[in-house]
Amino acid sequence: MTPKSEIENSHTIAVLVDNEPGVLARVIGLFAGRGYNIESLTVAEVAAGENLSRITIVTSGTPMIIEQIKAQLDRLVPVHKVSDLTMDGPAVERELALVKVASSGDKRVESLRIADIFRARVLDSTNDSFVFEIVGDTGKLNAFIELMEPLGLVDVSRTGVVAIARGTGAL
Amino acid sequence: MANEQMNGSEILLKCLVDQDVTEIFGYPGGAVLPIYDAIFNQNALRHILVRQEAGAVHAAEGYARSTGKVGVVLVTSGPGATNVVTGLTDALMDSIPIVCLTGQVPTHLIGNDAFQEADTTGITRPCTKHNYLVKTVDDLARTVHEAFHVARSGRPGPVVVDLPKDVVQAPGVYTPPNKVKLKRYNPQVKGDLKAIKQAVELLAQAKKPVFYCGGGVINSGPAASQLLTQFVRLTGYPCTLTLMGLGAYPASDPQFLGMLGMHGTYEANLAMHDCDVMICVGARFDDRITGKLDEFSPGSKKIHIDIDPSSINKNVRVDVPIIGDVAHVLEDMIKIWKSEQAKPDQKALKAWWKQIDEWRAKDCLKYTQKGDVIKPQYAIQRLYEATKNLEDVFITTEVGQHQMWAAQFYGFEEPNRWMTSGGLGTMGYGLPAAMGVQVAHPDALVIDIAGEASILMNIQEMSTVAQYRLPVKIFILNNEYMGMVRQWQELLYEGRYAESYMESLPDFVKLAESFGAVGLRAEKPGDVDGLIKEMLAIDKAVIADVMIDKTENCFPMIPAGAAHHEMLLGPGDEAEKPTSEDGMVLV
Ligand SMILES: Cc1ncc(C[n+]2csc(CCOP(=O)(O)OP(=O)(O)O)c2C)c(N)n1
Ligand SMILES: [Mg+2]
Repeated sequence: MTPKSEIENSHTIAVLVDNEPGVLARVIGLFAGRGYNIESLTVAEVAAGENLSRITIVTSGTPMIIEQIKAQLDRLVPVHKVSDLTMDGPAVERELALVKVASSGDKRVESLRIADIFRARVLDSTNDSFVFEIVGDTGKLNAFIELMEPLGLVDVSRTGVVAIARGTGAL
Repeated sequence: MANEQMNGSEILLKCLVDQDVTEIFGYPGGAVLPIYDAIFNQNALRHILVRQEAGAVHAAEGYARSTGKVGVVLVTSGPGATNVVTGLTDALMDSIPIVCLTGQVPTHLIGNDAFQEADTTGITRPCTKHNYLVKTVDDLARTVHEAFHVARSGRPGPVVVDLPKDVVQAPGVYTPPNKVKLKRYNPQVKGDLKAIKQAVELLAQAKKPVFYCGGGVINSGPAASQLLTQFVRLTGYPCTLTLMGLGAYPASDPQFLGMLGMHGTYEANLAMHDCDVMICVGARFDDRITGKLDEFSPGSKKIHIDIDPSSINKNVRVDVPIIGDVAHVLEDMIKIWKSEQAKPDQKALKAWWKQIDEWRAKDCLKYTQKGDVIKPQYAIQRLYEATKNLEDVFITTEVGQHQMWAAQFYGFEEPNRWMTSGGLGTMGYGLPAAMGVQVAHPDALVIDIAGEASILMNIQEMSTVAQYRLPVKIFILNNEYMGMVRQWQELLYEGRYAESYMESLPDFVKLAESFGAVGLRAEKPGDVDGLIKEMLAIDKAVIADVMIDKTENCFPMIPAGAAHHEMLLGPGDEAEKPTSEDGMVLV
């Protein structure tokens, strides 16, 4: 059995940063330089007046590594706040994917049927293709993409995870 | 006055003056000509012209470490900026506050591969605590003030401010420090009282305690060293220091176990291995200290005081983390220790000291000076004897065996007297660092304990030494080898001495003379005292070339990848303890 301290878990970390040049490079450089994983990373301005951006990082590691990652992020000068949404209580996570499927006949019908089950929307359609938009957690997106594979999947574009704590609290 | 129009360069210099800067180390070039023009027109700042930009950063490091102030560097764009990368990395690893101003091509040319353009913020991002590219003169003063704040607060470190030429030429308005809102980066300095209480309880119950303290004590300011000394004496517990911490606790104190780590003393390392409570104060459990991690101090509860939360639980899991500035935390700790009337178990403590004294009796640093060849340990010991009672002495070193012998045989009673490149281990650090110390303390005795290989790495700085008449003393332990490399090759590569012999060395006496300094040489043990006496009597720069035993090794040694109790004490020890495969990959 692997001791608890050795188990690698996935964590979603939200980081509030000054929206200034180089801040993303700093965060990415930190992960690359110290050998941490980035499973997904999203970033966008969230408070234009205050010039703040929010970065959501999904990473994985042992508890000691996750603790290091948070401490390392927190000591960057443009970082205002670091929150481990996985640890700090319930949070909701969403990801969006655009999925292109090119097929005809039965396969085309089947892809539309599955899209319906997954509540994916059709954003574009030609005689031989669809572009679906699907929103959900990472697992749901993975499942959908996997099902599209034999049905003519040709291209996928994903946003990466965004997340927010449940309840009234703010970052 | 405040709203008077100035250009960016004048604003920059005003920032420096208002940040209490009196000396800067630099080297000019096209991109910084406007700044040099402004320097020409003022008297508040003294510029020290180095001979290579690497020297400027190490000089600023020596300046910073000996004064507690921020060291300031000014270099041009492109090659000027790339030449400071080693120094910045050095300052980052050893937590030295530096503000490094780099010239940059004008903003409209950035990204064009312009002449002497380098992506300075890109290159220095991983080797600075923070860096800035100033894009308009309106941001200049605020940015420079913030740079000083970041460099000196929390865990100190180097900060780069990249200054495009058009920005330092543009007219603008100065903002003084008290008008700048520092709305970010405010590290916690007070420790959590609950944790401190817990630490005191743990310490009070200890049967085999040890204080393990490092450079963080020195960075916290001289008061921290005094508080540490007070607290260690109050407890009666043993204390060991890292290479970076030497001077934080008086070396002559009976409770001092000497330095710990790879070339630390037997008693310090075994006390670390066997202790039941360890209190780490401003040190970071790096691999030179811990040796093999899974066998590091297996039976102890650990307390860790550090201002940088990322230092905690990085390599070693600790039981009581305390985030805060060393001086603040120690002050609270002493208060609580006294108010709780903590009473350590004297019987256990006596047994612990008895054990430590047995380890001490091994006399792990012993050596014999006999015959015709100078032993390096002897040379340093004589240097120490000759200078220990002098008023104002600072020691810098290069990197290698001589550095370790200096750490082992030169005793430091006070903080800020010892400057060495610990984390990065940068050969070529010592001479420019000594210059920086001497600039800050013109009347002090400043000695660079050097190796003949290291000294050649920044030997051009002899010209700076000459220009500013800096009376630094360079005490070379000349073994005609990259001794530390040779030692590893002897112990780990069966004596295949690949490229570690120093061919074609200069005549250091003549070299000194060519720079207007005095050159001295000692070849026999009997020459050593005379050479030291002569060196100390000369009020100019001196290069003392001390020809030492070429094949002496530095012991004790914990081979990379071994545990504390697997220390090699001397030449006889090697055969029984081969280094493991895992150890061989370590540096
Ligand atoms: C810039 C740099 N390059 C290489 C090394 C690797 N290195 C560590 S010690 C050493 C030899 C130093 O020789 P010397 O200055 O003569 O000192 P000694 O060990 O002989 O006392 C070398 C090459 C280093 N630390 N720094
Ligand atoms: Mg040598």
